[in-house]
Amino acid sequence: MNGRPQPLVVGAGPAGIRAAQALVAAGLRPLVVDEAPACGGQIYRQRLVPDERSARALYGSEAEKAQALHRDFAALDGRIDYWPQALLWNLRDGIADIAVGRANRRVAYDGLVLATGAADRVLPIPGWTLPGVFTLGGAQIALKAQGCAIGSRVVFMGSGPLLYLVAWQYLKAGVDVAAVLDTAPFQAKLNLLRGLHLAPMVVLRGLRFTAELRLRGVALHYGVEDVRIEGQERVAAVAWRQGGREKRVACDGIGYGLALRSETQLADLAGCAFCFDKRDRAWLPQRDAAGRTSVAGVYLAGDGAGIAGADAAERAGERAALALIEDRGLPHRRERAAALERELSRIGRFRELLETAFPFPAHWVAGLSDETMLCRCEEISVGEVRRAIGQFDIGEINRLKAVSRIGMGRCQGRICSSAAAELLSVETKRDLDTVGRLRAQAPVKPIPLVLVPADLPREAAE
Amino acid sequence: MSRRLDVDVAIIGGGLVGSSAALALRGMGMSVALLDRGYCGAQASGVNYGGVRRQARPREQLPLSQRAHAVWPRLTGLIGIDGEFMRSGHLKLARSAADMASLEAYALSVADQGLGLELIGHNDLRERYPWIGGDIVGGSLCAGDGHANPRLVSAGFASAARRAGAHVLENTAVTAAIRNGAGFALEAGDGLVVNAGMVINSAGAWAGAFAEAFGEPVPLTRIYPTMVVTEPLAPIMTVNTGMEGGGIYARQVERGNCVVGGERGLPLVDPDYSRPRGEGALSIINRAAELFPGLRHAHAIRFWTGTEASMPDHNPVIGASGTTPGLFHAFGFSGAGFQIAPGVGEVLAELVRDGTTTTPIEAFSITRFDQRREPLSSNHRTADGSRADPDPEPHHRGVLS
Amino acid sequence: MPLLHRITRKGHAAIAFQLDGEPCEGRAGDTLLTAILNHGEVLRRSEFSGSPRAGFCQMGACQDCWVTLESGERLRACTTALAPGMRIVTRQGQAA
Repeated sequence: MNGRPQPLVVGAGPAGIRAAQALVAAGLRPLVVDEAPACGGQIYRQRLVPDERSARALYGSEAEKAQALHRDFAALDGRIDYWPQALLWNLRDGIADIAVGRANRRVAYDGLVLATGAADRVLPIPGWTLPGVFTLGGAQIALKAQGCAIGSRVVFMGSGPLLYLVAWQYLKAGVDVAAVLDTAPFQAKLNLLRGLHLAPMVVLRGLRFTAELRLRGVALHYGVEDVRIEGQERVAAVAWRQGGREKRVACDGIGYGLALRSETQLADLAGCAFCFDKRDRAWLPQRDAAGRTSVAGVYLAGDGAGIAGADAAERAGERAALALIEDRGLPHRRERAAALERELSRIGRFRELLETAFPFPAHWVAGLSDETMLCRCEEISVGEVRRAIGQFDIGEINRLKAVSRIGMGRCQGRICSSAAAELLSVETKRDLDTVGRLRAQAPVKPIPLVLVPADLPREAAE
Repeated sequence: MSRRLDVDVAIIGGGLVGSSAALALRGMGMSVALLDRGYCGAQASGVNYGGVRRQARPREQLPLSQRAHAVWPRLTGLIGIDGEFMRSGHLKLARSAADMASLEAYALSVADQGLGLELIGHNDLRERYPWIGGDIVGGSLCAGDGHANPRLVSAGFASAARRAGAHVLENTAVTAAIRNGAGFALEAGDGLVVNAGMVINSAGAWAGAFAEAFGEPVPLTRIYPTMVVTEPLAPIMTVNTGMEGGGIYARQVERGNCVVGGERGLPLVDPDYSRPRGEGALSIINRAAELFPGLRHAHAIRFWTGTEASMPDHNPVIGASGTTPGLFHAFGFSGAGFQIAPGVGEVLAELVRDGTTTTPIEAFSITRFDQRREPLSSNHRTADGSRADPDPEPHHRGVLS
Repeated sequence: MPLLHRITRKGHAAIAFQLDGEPCEGRAGDTLLTAILNHGEVLRRSEFSGSPRAGFCQMGACQDCWVTLESGERLRACTTALAPGMRIVTRQGQAA
């Protein structure tokens, strides 16, 4: 390739792995950068060391997919450059800054596949900063990757497919699941039946989770409102309203989440245009069916570009790589690309249905009490944000950031920005898509002040 | 949609200068329209370092700087918030004997200006500021200086101007400015015409086009100072520090974050937007960890860069137009506008009302630049606005930096 | 009472570390977060309110689990593997 810089793949989850694999198959040698110590992403995360559990016990029905991904990525050894435990913290004009420990490596890239994944979406609720409250994803990681339960009597609450999956996984692991609190009414779940023809296995698996939870005596509560977490130094109980009645259950661990939120910071730094996605209630980088963005040479794949799940991520990763290969003037596989797009489209239709079965409780926002902490990092309360909106006559999220510090803390708004946008929308009676999008800033995650520029161990060119 | 607004004064640019002028003019009873192409205070005024510093300014700026100095402690009464203003002192450090000599020479040259500078030798410095490491030989302290939060102060002045009755028009880019018999007509936004007796050009990095449109081009360039902020830390820095000869400046806010600057970013493809360079940010954080040992375990959580206007002599342009009666300029603060801006607002209001000001500003006249002035026409119009706004709004970017 | 409850790896090799001066043992394969929360119920205190925090996302996104070592070094507990001899302090909100 006459010294053209190598393609860069960010993320080694299902999308990143399949992208890297397709690039290698086309004769390219990508650099794969991933924050985790081993490949797999969040969903197929690997343990730091093996334990007594089999892959089947760890990944359940998805064990074969997980093992295939891990195996296929391992098989790329020697044909890719792979930097695990590496944080890509800045992107600009074809140059990436990557922190590996205390060394900073600057890399020129030609072709960028962003497979940055997603994290739990949350709305603030009273008591959610207490020790013992984790996201659903966090609760799952504790169990799967670390072999630990987040409590001895655990409540799972929120919305999204992960809610019942994690509750069921804890049940299987022998943990006392005190209750499952679903923010949506039971009727919403009936929408899933309409998806039987699109994804029968997924729907049946979901039905099995709830059936087993019920059979084992776990109380499933639907349409919960006004949820409050109680406790002084740690979680002691959760209280809520349901059908006008006050309810409460004692617990020492809580898993909480409202589906997922895409990690889009790097797409923003790469200069990609964004558009508002009504389904995800978020600004997402624009992409076509192949994963091409508004910026030439930048491609998106997986949940980082809109939530579609791991099966879609595998296909989108490969599809984006095929686009990169085609755009680089290399022979590409048109039919394979078309087949992938068809499958992605089918999964996308099912995803729409999932959203109706696990709707986001947007109506919670108006009822948030002023004392509730909105920003965990900087400890900014809902009331402080409401006052800032009024005092400075704010109608745009970056201006809200400027006057309230929302999104300025260590997490850069990952946790609070969806909630802040929802709150701004409610307070100013503007549609959510008109209050703007929080601009990403480098570094996308904290970097040490002592970060020494390091020469590359080898020439980063093909 | 076409709309007309008649005011005494139209202000182009809702940064700290424009907003404070708007507030002062409202205090004099004049009607004011404050127009900003984006959001008030979202550019240089809101994203600068936050130094509230008289020390190290050229002598000719000090009367204006002293005037502003009197405003800062009165912010709560003026705009309803204190803007996190802290009179921490400003300490300029010297890395060499030559730098120290330069600090001493400066202190002598401004001794009659009331800054109360105190020169501090090596041992004294180590004792009083043990948190400063590196090979520092001494410094110069201006105890009355300090720092504040630009995000809050700039938004605070704009909000106060709005509450005081100014027409604050955001996302309203001025596309054409016409001098007519009675005064000015500004075309802005979609179909808005603002008729004003007088106009203030406080458009910051976008001001050059307006000056040129009125026949007085200026050698304005854009700079993009880069800042780094750390996670919140226990108190370390007791004073706002700078370095003689440049390279680094740092302060710690009450909540614990340290703000460090010293490099320049680069514009993006759309030159109205800029972003720090990775190597620039890296250089700042490494220098900070070296100069301040207390930061060596800290993490940087955010970088940013703002777009500022700079003049070749590093002095701003402040005062009446040389070509157009009723037009006043205030821009080009060259990276040092934050502290003096509230004073500039007062001066502009006086100029508008009285045609003169009690604060000497001759050094900042736009006429100091060698320009071949066009004869003043009574109807000086920009060519379809294209000259007045060379960088049109990006297509629905949704937000502006 | 610890926040987390170990289900697997109970027989894995022990890794000694110190938590607020107390000698503790983690297991091979532990993250710092897992090791600490199998002994205690807090990782850090908020810089602003002093309220207790014990992480949230466990995947390096929320940044709520940064802990401090006696040396002043700061580590994100959920993405850092426990290493022998680590001396962790949770009783102060900030680095020295």
